[in-house]
Amino acid sequence: MHPTLEELLSRGLVLLDGAWGTELQARGLVPGECPDHWNLTAPERVAEVARAYVEAGSRVILTNTFGANSLCLAAHGLAAQAAAINTAGARISRTAAGSAAKVFGSMGPSGKMLMMGEVSPEQLQAAFAEQAGALATGGADGLVIETMADLEEAKLALAAARTTGLPVVVCMVYDSGKDKNRTMMGTTPEQAAEALTAAGADVIGSNCGQGVEGFVGICRRLRAATDLPIWIKANAGLPTVEGGKVVYHTSPEAFAAHLPALREAGAAFVGGCCGTNPAFVRALSKRLAAG
Amino acid sequence: MSDFKALSEAVIDGDDKAARAITEKALAEGADPLALVNEFMVPAMDEVGRRFECNEYFVPELLISARAMKASLEILRPLLIEGGREPLGRVAIGTVKGDLHDIGKNLVAAMLEGGGFEVIDLGVNVTPEQFVQAVQDKNAQIVAMSALLTTTMPSMKLTIDALQQAGVRDKVKVLVGGAPLTQKFADEIGADGFSETAPAAVALARQSLGK
Repeated sequence: MHPTLEELLSRGLVLLDGAWGTELQARGLVPGECPDHWNLTAPERVAEVARAYVEAGSRVILTNTFGANSLCLAAHGLAAQAAAINTAGARISRTAAGSAAKVFGSMGPSGKMLMMGEVSPEQLQAAFAEQAGALATGGADGLVIETMADLEEAKLALAAARTTGLPVVVCMVYDSGKDKNRTMMGTTPEQAAEALTAAGADVIGSNCGQGVEGFVGICRRLRAATDLPIWIKANAGLPTVEGGKVVYHTSPEAFAAHLPALREAGAAFVGGCCGTNPAFVRALSKRLAAG
Repeated sequence: MSDFKALSEAVIDGDDKAARAITEKALAEGADPLALVNEFMVPAMDEVGRRFECNEYFVPELLISARAMKASLEILRPLLIEGGREPLGRVAIGTVKGDLHDIGKNLVAAMLEGGGFEVIDLGVNVTPEQFVQAVQDKNAQIVAMSALLTTTMPSMKLTIDALQQAGVRDKVKVLVGGAPLTQKFADEIGADGFSETAPAAVALARQSLGK
């Protein structure tokens, strides 16, 4: 096991952070604006989010770089700044984390479909390699490839991320099928765990796509299919819109109530995705301390 | 007309080469283009949708079936137009203002095209004004909006308001979809329909035009 992971896991279950996009919106990010660009244009506000998670008890925080591969950034005319945005994102989180937390650089999907020929494997690998390298330069302690729907794209990102020598987490999003236990492309947790383990991932996980209650079963299936540690970042339920505003209905306490079940199902890292915020991390922290 | 069940199978199996070859053979044998669509292709897409609902098919299978359907329709469409056959309907589709995520939209567009609709793809980050323009200038009968981000869902309501203000709301059916959406949300914003999946969107589009 990578020494960074050994160090983290030696102190028991590892609390992760929560959502970033909504936290940035609370600080003035306009829908449609590129969140990742804020690493260059509003770094202090990004740092506030990072610090809020460290203060809430996250032992690993991510970076504001989910959409910072050159393919996504191109939609905002920012492809040429990919390296700068990632390096800045890693530096912001690294400074906020200090010695209290590790920083894992966030790498999201390209938004292009390989099988439709919207992008080539070579283009994907190049974009992810650039991002991973820039996150490492900025001081990331690890990398997390997340919200992946396509196993092929996840494997290309993993191969690119591994060249940095940092530990790499790979998370798929299981939001399809009647029981929400397949990725959009039809991949099962077992198929993903086996393929990603064989491809050299250090941690296997699942994030986004559904509320926390759906993650216990997925976690158990991942656990059974690999010996690697399991990483879970769940949503705060599915949102509804009330009076023009998006509302998530799972409270921090209700979310944290699932922690024992997730732990029993084999999760080693637990945090939140869409709809969660530092209050959720505090609630998880409290639940963890209660044993 | 002889039996072109193989055309249905080519669509269901997502074999675009076979779909093209069988279509050409059928036409050479004097098959009626509209009958090919209605008797073999539409039922095939219904079967694809059924398999998707049963979790036998997932997005990759949908995409290759839609591609096979499109391969055949590319041959048939000019003949249908020549014969004075109108497409099933004209759909203006796009992701709403602020939203750049187009995988779902592209999938629905492909399925609608496969289902016999003419699709005007407005792309991503489509403003309410652009949707209104597509209705006014291109005579779209359906406005189909997609959002992946919860933060851009309110743009759907703004687009419906803009259609209202432009006086064209009654001329179109508004259909919405996207991962965070629900029927309840669609009702709240006054949409005419919501679909959870791409195949169901085709059925919904047909139904909304009474076809």
